[in-house]
Amino acid sequence: MQQLDTLTRQARALANGGVLPGTPEAEVARQLQICNACRYCEGFCAVFPAMTRRLEFGKADVHYLANLCHNCGACLHACQYAPPHEFAVNVPQTMAKVRLQTYTDFAWPPSLGRLYQRNGLTLALAVAGALAFFMMFTLWLKDTLWRVPTPADFYAIFPHNLLVALFAPVFLFAVLALALGVRRFWREVTPGQDAAAAALAAVKTDAAMEATHDVLRLKYLDGGHGEGCNNEGDAWTLWRRRFHHATFYGFLLCFAATSVATLYHYLLGWVAPYDLPSLPKLLGAVGGLSLLVGTAGLFVLNLRRHPQHGDAAQKPMDRGFIALLFFTSLTGLALWLARGTAAMPVLLALHLACVMALFLTLPYGKFAHGIFRSAALLKWAIEKRLPSQLQLGDD
Amino acid sequence: MIDVLVIGGGNAALCAALMAREAGASVLLLEAAPREWRGGNSGHTRNLRCMHDAPQDVLVEAYPEEEYWQDLLKVTGGLTNEHLARLTIRASSTCRDWMRRHGVHFQPPLSGALHVARTNAFFMGGGKALVNAYYRSAEKLGVQIRYQAPVDRLDIQDGRFVAACVGAERIEAKACVLAAGGFESNRAWLREAWGQNADGEWPADNFLIRGTRFNQGVLIKHMMEQGADMIGDPSQSHCVAIDARAPLYDGGICTRIDCVSLGVVVNQNAQRFYDEGEDFWPKRYAIWGRLVAQQPSQIGYSIIDSKAIGRFMPPVFPGVKADSLSELAQKLGLDVDTFMRTLNGYNAACRVGIFDHTALDDCHTEGLAPAKTHWARPIDTAPFYGYALRPGITFTYLGLKVNDQAAVHFGGAPSDNLFVAGEMMAGNVLGKGYTAGVGMSIGTAFGRIAGTQAAQVAMKSGAIVEKTRAAA
Repeated sequence: MQQLDTLTRQARALANGGVLPGTPEAEVARQLQICNACRYCEGFCAVFPAMTRRLEFGKADVHYLANLCHNCGACLHACQYAPPHEFAVNVPQTMAKVRLQTYTDFAWPPSLGRLYQRNGLTLALAVAGALAFFMMFTLWLKDTLWRVPTPADFYAIFPHNLLVALFAPVFLFAVLALALGVRRFWREVTPGQDAAAAALAAVKTDAAMEATHDVLRLKYLDGGHGEGCNNEGDAWTLWRRRFHHATFYGFLLCFAATSVATLYHYLLGWVAPYDLPSLPKLLGAVGGLSLLVGTAGLFVLNLRRHPQHGDAAQKPMDRGFIALLFFTSLTGLALWLARGTAAMPVLLALHLACVMALFLTLPYGKFAHGIFRSAALLKWAIEKRLPSQLQLGDD
Repeated sequence: MIDVLVIGGGNAALCAALMAREAGASVLLLEAAPREWRGGNSGHTRNLRCMHDAPQDVLVEAYPEEEYWQDLLKVTGGLTNEHLARLTIRASSTCRDWMRRHGVHFQPPLSGALHVARTNAFFMGGGKALVNAYYRSAEKLGVQIRYQAPVDRLDIQDGRFVAACVGAERIEAKACVLAAGGFESNRAWLREAWGQNADGEWPADNFLIRGTRFNQGVLIKHMMEQGADMIGDPSQSHCVAIDARAPLYDGGICTRIDCVSLGVVVNQNAQRFYDEGEDFWPKRYAIWGRLVAQQPSQIGYSIIDSKAIGRFMPPVFPGVKADSLSELAQKLGLDVDTFMRTLNGYNAACRVGIFDHTALDDCHTEGLAPAKTHWARPIDTAPFYGYALRPGITFTYLGLKVNDQAAVHFGGAPSDNLFVAGEMMAGNVLGKGYTAGVGMSIGTAFGRIAGTQAAQVAMKSGAIVEKTRAAA
């Protein structure tokens, strides 16, 4: 009977968009009820101003706010209710737990969502699999991993069309999976009844501009005062933001290098390899170095991170992703430096394996944070431009 | 020997330590609490009341000295010292650049606090962020900091500080600043101060402490015994009505209940006892602690209907919810018949005009005692909500008498090298009552004065010692 009651209550909670007791979502809802009665952290980021527009925190609200949270840590160190207080408020940590839930719940196809839950294993398997594949494939094609290639040409080992046939489908699948995942997320967190269509249309452009700006500048890692966010303790640092910038823009530059090279190949008929000072090489070299520095920095910061920040269970996912980016960049640069030497085939296999593992895990790993957070920032930029539905005495 | 010993670890203590260190003195700060609970009540604060003659970064318009002084005069009912009050007020207009240099950031008022946009500068992240910034700055400047170091007595000779004792350990210093808070966490003392009421109850037994558990008033009591000049009445405290489910200590700001003026409040006998709509809630919340303390069992129940939802700051705990008033009475454990008589009587007496909770509107009761003079609307729209209220003590006013150099006095004479700041002397400026952010103004002003004075005395005496040594 007791059980039936519980089930009935849970079913009702779900029907109302509520959260199930005992879940990370319920813990966020509990903590935000406390935060909403305090509000001291409003100046740090967008999460708290967004919170004050609500009185209750249903599943959609919790997922939206969790993805708006940048895990900067400012509110934990400033919190008068943080452990050892009996209210045990640790917003960054519970938000991190919900984010993993978001990625899992909204993954496409849904059955692959569980790859997030054991992401360290997922990554390890992807890397090992890709490595084995490219080593064996190279051996099978050329009988050896160690020889000086005659003309210093990657395509002598892997013909261009073969590479395209291998990578294009995986990459396009990653883009599709992420797009469908974030679309499902967007639909849940934007129930639509919030505002009239006309009001929405009026603010859309400005909101999109602001969200883009906030994403590209990582606005919410500045602590609200410009001195940065927290890492080891209550002191602020700008290094998390800087290393993230180096990583993000390094990644974009590498991506741009590949895109330019593709255009060269198909439009202009200029075939790789390119060398300095060609545009693909320039973009790739700068991007690769930036990616190396950024990921190395983020890794060190991650190791030193205050133990109460974030979700310890997600460390393998965070560090695995950082490491994969690092090795993708490292093998890429090494391949360039070792061109024309006997190490080239093995380095090529290594680099291709890293890239393949990265692409394979893109929709089911840490990369997703950027996509979901951008969506949450866009929602916030829209929402803040619309009038609040509450009339709290003093607002 | 250390130059300046600072006893306490909150805002006033930190201001004193930083100023003394900046003046070149060696400083040791003793915080009674462990590191994770450091900062005392300062960790629960959120702003500083600031005088300003023109708009100043986060502060709009002007809040001149005279207006600030009149506000203080009004809330204290004259229980203040004009000279010290004006000193505090003037200091509040110039201290913020110094605070910024030590890592404090200010921000415009939080949502729900626009009524103090002109008068109060908010700390970004609240008081704990401020405390963290001051500790970081103190460490960087070389202030020695010890946690879990509660001082239980001082060695004072002829009005001069000689040493402080932490258990068996004796710490000597050339000068000392006391900034260890009030005695609001000492429940036995509160019990004694409030005494027994006519029904034989000990009202203070039902009080909750909104702040730290470490303000036991050990040094206030000790200084009384040492014959220091005191100020204030031990039964006076800043006392507000808070959610009865709040923890015994450290409930802080979030346990407040802001819906009183939107409904009615009944006591344990299901009867109303005061005009809930007398004035705007921010101007009235501080009297409701005492009002509830005067009710049987020191409990009250704020009753609202669904018309009020979304019009007040969300409370930390959900209210008791019911689909009818009688069900609500039952759930709250109140006598249903009396409760219904009270509510029906109130509902019938409401004269609803144009409801506006941002103005002193014309919705009031007629022929009802006590009346509700504003925002009186029938409580008739289900679901209904009830919140149990208890008195919550923020801080006490009993403290040490000071002059404008923050010196402790013995028999009317200032001590040469013993100074006091913060809650331990706030009663000089704030004999009773309260207005938002003034506690931090007093703590900051007198903390900085005490630190400066202590450093000056210590370094002068140090110079004398050096000279004597050189001569010998």
